[in-house]
Amino acid sequence: MTMSNLQKALNSGAFVVTGELGPPKSAEREKIEHHGHLLGGVVDAVNLTDNQTAIVRTSSIACGKILVDMGLDPVIQITCRDRNRIAIQSDVLGAAALGIKNILCLQGDHANFGNEPAAKNVNDLDSINLIRALKNMRDEQSFIGGEKLAAPIDIFIGAVENPFADPFEYRAYRLAKKVEAGADFIQTQAIFDMERFERWMEKVRELGIHKKVPILAGVIPIKSLGAARYMKNNVSGMSVPDEIIERIKAAENKKEEGVKLCVEMIEHLKTVEGVAGIHLMAVAWEEIVPEIVERAGLLPRPKFD
Amino acid sequence: MIVGERKPLQEIIKAVEQYEKILVLGCGECVTVCMAGGDKEAKETALAISVSRKRAGKPVQVKSHTIERQCEFEYLEASRKLIEEADVVVSLACGVGVQTMNMHYENMITLPGINTTFMGLPVQQGVWVENCLGCGNCVLEETMGICPIARCSKSMLNGPCGGSQDGKCEVSKETECGWHLIVERLMKFDKLSALEEVKPPKDWSTSHSGGPRKMIREDVKL
Repeated sequence: MTMSNLQKALNSGAFVVTGELGPPKSAEREKIEHHGHLLGGVVDAVNLTDNQTAIVRTSSIACGKILVDMGLDPVIQITCRDRNRIAIQSDVLGAAALGIKNILCLQGDHANFGNEPAAKNVNDLDSINLIRALKNMRDEQSFIGGEKLAAPIDIFIGAVENPFADPFEYRAYRLAKKVEAGADFIQTQAIFDMERFERWMEKVRELGIHKKVPILAGVIPIKSLGAARYMKNNVSGMSVPDEIIERIKAAENKKEEGVKLCVEMIEHLKTVEGVAGIHLMAVAWEEIVPEIVERAGLLPRPKFD
Repeated sequence: MIVGERKPLQEIIKAVEQYEKILVLGCGECVTVCMAGGDKEAKETALAISVSRKRAGKPVQVKSHTIERQCEFEYLEASRKLIEEADVVVSLACGVGVQTMNMHYENMITLPGINTTFMGLPVQQGVWVENCLGCGNCVLEETMGICPIARCSKSMLNGPCGGSQDGKCEVSKETECGWHLIVERLMKFDKLSALEEVKPPKDWSTSHSGGPRKMIREDVKL
């Protein structure tokens, strides 16, 4: 079994940085490559969203293959919203055959958020079923239905958790359940409410989850006041405190303030016990990633043979 | 109960525009209770068709009648004479009743007058909520009597998704998060640890996914 760059970075003990690339609403390979070039060398792995917020975009696996061709390490996201267990397991095999190793398991935003609100939401599996299914494909060489894979596959399984969703009391237990199901690493929802994140991490440490799997804390640089307001009011499962909105509102140079805020958050997250790195989601602002990673003192990224 | 909502009157009027003798057929069961297709609604619908056709200069004979239960052949049989006098029947029963009519009176056409919405209950006057999908494999004993299949927008089995906030579902602030309710109820009875077990993927073959379902009970067959 060969390890992905992400797995090696996490094993090295370095403070890990992953990025995110939102596939385009087109088949323009050069757009994906352009964003790949911006992220290459400044992050350890690149997440490819799976039709995020239920909007039709180029498939995460196809984009993952393009990044593999560029020598980058993709993390493809798979949601349960659009495919049943037959299609998902088939896609996992396909992704692995294309040299993609990291797979992040999500439930997926409901289709009514997106540009095909009349779509049938599949949800044959739930996200925890999906994590367990991938683990069984890798560790037991077994499909959900019990039949065996003809040969082993080599995948690294990620899961997400949202400390800002409710019921809050249950959120750390849910993370524990995802780890029990088979998650190898965790990414969190973007953090703006640091106080709540720290309360959640306290519980995570109490349950000892941080010792079992590395946790990457999600961060988003705020590009404008409109973006901050949009995330506060329109993005499912996100919590943006009023102080942050006010801070951006008061700033003369809003982009600079957004970067500054993001860097401050990263500096703080480095000190939180159990946080193994950050997942930087600068979707539609990929060009800012090198600057943020640099200013957060996280360059150069470690290289592995 | 089966909950339904009457189709817009204009849609019903358009559907029957080619007919001369129309029977609007209410049902005395669920749709009466949910005020969509009982005797009162049948009379109103018949009147609306009649007035509309008169105004259009194409008067028509419209009758209304209510059958105690449209989803059983015996009840339909009792009104045979009245039903067969019509050119067309507009059934205000649920989709089951409409189809029972078409099966039993196969030489005539019965059109739907309501949209069957879901299986559920009234939680207050004028407000109904869905709470069962008829998946054929009840899990209510595992979830404190709250159905995660019907009441979670994503039919999840292993707890709430990341879109649950303040007890509401990400789909709409009007929709309660079913899993929030389950977790609260588990905590109330000090049973939250019941969620620790990783539930396997659901076997959907007992639901409609397995194809149209049929139940045969030899012990009660004649």
